[in-house]
Amino acid sequence: MKVNLMHGAGGEVMGELLRVITNLEHNNAGGIGLESLDDGAVIPLNGQNIVFTTDNHVVSPIFFPGGDIGRIAVCGTINDLAMMGGRPIALSCGMVIPEGFEVADLERIVASMDAALGECGANLVTGDTKVLERSALDTIVVNTAGIGVAERVVRDNGLSVGDKIIVSGTIGDHGIAIMAHREGFDFGGQIRSDVAPLWPLVEKALAAGDIHAMKDPTRGGFANAINEMARKSGVGIVIEEADLPFRASVRSAAGMLGLDPLEVANEGKVVMGVAPHDAETVLAALRSHPYGRDAAIVGEVVEGSHVVMRTAIGGERFIEPPVGDPVPRVC
Amino acid sequence: MCIAMPAEVLEIKEGNIGVVDFGDLQQEVRLDLVDVKVGEFVLVHVGFAIQRLSREEGLETREVFRQVYAAMEE
Amino acid sequence: MAVGKEILDTLHALVDRDITLMHICGTHEAAIARAGLRSVLPERLKIVMGPGCPVCITPQGEIDAALDLVERDCTIATYGDLLRVPGTKGSLESSGGDVRVVQGIHKAAEIARREPDREVVFISVGFETTAPTVAATILSRPPENFSILSCHRLVPPAMAWLLGQGEASLDGFLLPGHVCAVMGYEEYERFPVPQVVAGFEPEDILLGLLMAVQQVREGAHRVENAYPRVVTREGNVKAKRLMYEVFEPYDVEWRGFPVIPASGLRLKPEFEGYDAQKKYDIEIRHVDKHSACICDKVLRGIARPSDCKLFGKVCTPRTPVGPCMVSHEGACKIWHLYESRRA
Repeated sequence: MKVNLMHGAGGEVMGELLRVITNLEHNNAGGIGLESLDDGAVIPLNGQNIVFTTDNHVVSPIFFPGGDIGRIAVCGTINDLAMMGGRPIALSCGMVIPEGFEVADLERIVASMDAALGECGANLVTGDTKVLERSALDTIVVNTAGIGVAERVVRDNGLSVGDKIIVSGTIGDHGIAIMAHREGFDFGGQIRSDVAPLWPLVEKALAAGDIHAMKDPTRGGFANAINEMARKSGVGIVIEEADLPFRASVRSAAGMLGLDPLEVANEGKVVMGVAPHDAETVLAALRSHPYGRDAAIVGEVVEGSHVVMRTAIGGERFIEPPVGDPVPRVC
Repeated sequence: MCIAMPAEVLEIKEGNIGVVDFGDLQQEVRLDLVDVKVGEFVLVHVGFAIQRLSREEGLETREVFRQVYAAMEE
Repeated sequence: MAVGKEILDTLHALVDRDITLMHICGTHEAAIARAGLRSVLPERLKIVMGPGCPVCITPQGEIDAALDLVERDCTIATYGDLLRVPGTKGSLESSGGDVRVVQGIHKAAEIARREPDREVVFISVGFETTAPTVAATILSRPPENFSILSCHRLVPPAMAWLLGQGEASLDGFLLPGHVCAVMGYEEYERFPVPQVVAGFEPEDILLGLLMAVQQVREGAHRVENAYPRVVTREGNVKAKRLMYEVFEPYDVEWRGFPVIPASGLRLKPEFEGYDAQKKYDIEIRHVDKHSACICDKVLRGIARPSDCKLFGKVCTPRTPVGPCMVSHEGACKIWHLYESRRA
């Protein structure tokens, strides 16, 4: 079997590739390791929980309305740490740059990395750079890794029946912004990526109440994240379609492109399962932060094993994890 | 068969191009298949306006349902 | 959504027998699936999907023709829908060629103007809603290095063929709102079955179902319009004229079906320069329908996906054979999904 594009696009097909890549005996340094395929690993070290994560970033185009590959790289790692309850301490950055890449673009990318770091008090402390012939690589690849400290570790598999599902803001912004920009649908800057470092927001939510599970709905979008949380927690989830927050412009663009905004990536959102008695206080905490002002309670954890959506017309349907990257459709 | 969305014509440019609004979202579309004025509504499919829409209230689903259901009552 | 509930309650009151209605539109199916409409319909009212989206009815021979063009180093412009439709040797997405997704044919023509050294071929699929946009672009004389592979289909001939097959447990049709936005609904008045033109919001579809159910109860058959805000009886006269200025009907095969007379559109001789088939001497091979594939019976509602020998074994969502498994909401795809869900 050869690796193909579908393997890299999250969802079920990627799972098959992961089974090969994570087939290691030495995969756990104590605490949470590679075996659990969470957003990050947790290593207990003399009384403290060190959270550790890494991400490769390839985005095309590298500059898009609302952000660029630099901001995505830093926010991606900071958010993965935050999803585990980890306050970000330090990041590393490895860049693989194609021959002929504009240095001015590099300066822009590094400046926006610095800005994202500044927003949450993290630091880029080490790195590596390689340059490849143009024939070997036609775009820049950025890897970021990061460590943080978690007073209370939060997993993506801790949902229990009765929990409320909260999403921290409007869904689909990043994926639709990228898709529209890349496919040449010129919506101008009207749809902007939501890429943002979420630790300050998550810190407020953690202080406000008992959060059982968290996940950032990146590749495969809300549909993938909510299914993974349900599967790993061994529960069912009911989502109310009418309560899902969408920007009008994103809804229009998704309608035009024939895409389901639940299936495209978000780079500045968190999906969390919260103890029912704390749902309102956590919601208020989220809404008090700029990155959480559109936060909403969108559903509830129930017995069972599937994610069902109650539609506005009163119907019910499964929310399926997407198979491969969504593409614009006309039918 | 075909994903298409209604949009309001905001501006008409030469070369049969129209700027339309889908709802907090504007885009340039082709007007080759319709004869429209600014302020009118069109149905847009694959970047083309494929039909001019009438805006009479009486044609909304709610109204059609009333007529159909009323007709059945007799 | 209030009016949707009202229509639904009326529908529940009126359905007093088993009624099966067919729609022939992938976009209707997507709207029905997304709203979970089937879970609120009366038990005795079934709505089934007919041969109605470019993805599921484009035969393998036409996908293979597009793949041949990739091998000749043409730049292929296509809607996203076709990227993953399987030919006999892979799909456009896995071909590794220069394949670009475009929103419409005007964007493909722009690529040809911007890159004069590339031979650009637009894979021109779609029904009467889409064909006029192609005609308008061809009439605007795009550059020499631009051509199309015409894979267009027409709805009425397919309906005539389905109805002509004899036994089919269908009581009526929901007509595709956006095809009728262009063509109007005059040409459907010849079919002696209940038909209602329907839109794509949940309440539009419910209204269409209600009007069709009412016809079935009356034992009448006519064409009614549940989508008057968009559809008129004669449609878009200008678009129809342009379409038939550039295209002419011809007999063509649909995936899972035999050749249906006058059901395809090809470029007229005076536009031969834009016909990729002639320009690159590409022959669309007839890939004989997998003998055991019973999609045409499934589509006529006289067989269920699980009655097919291939179902779930040779024919699966990742290795689809017939149109009902290829289409992202085809009858077999959805059945396979629920089958796996119950298991």
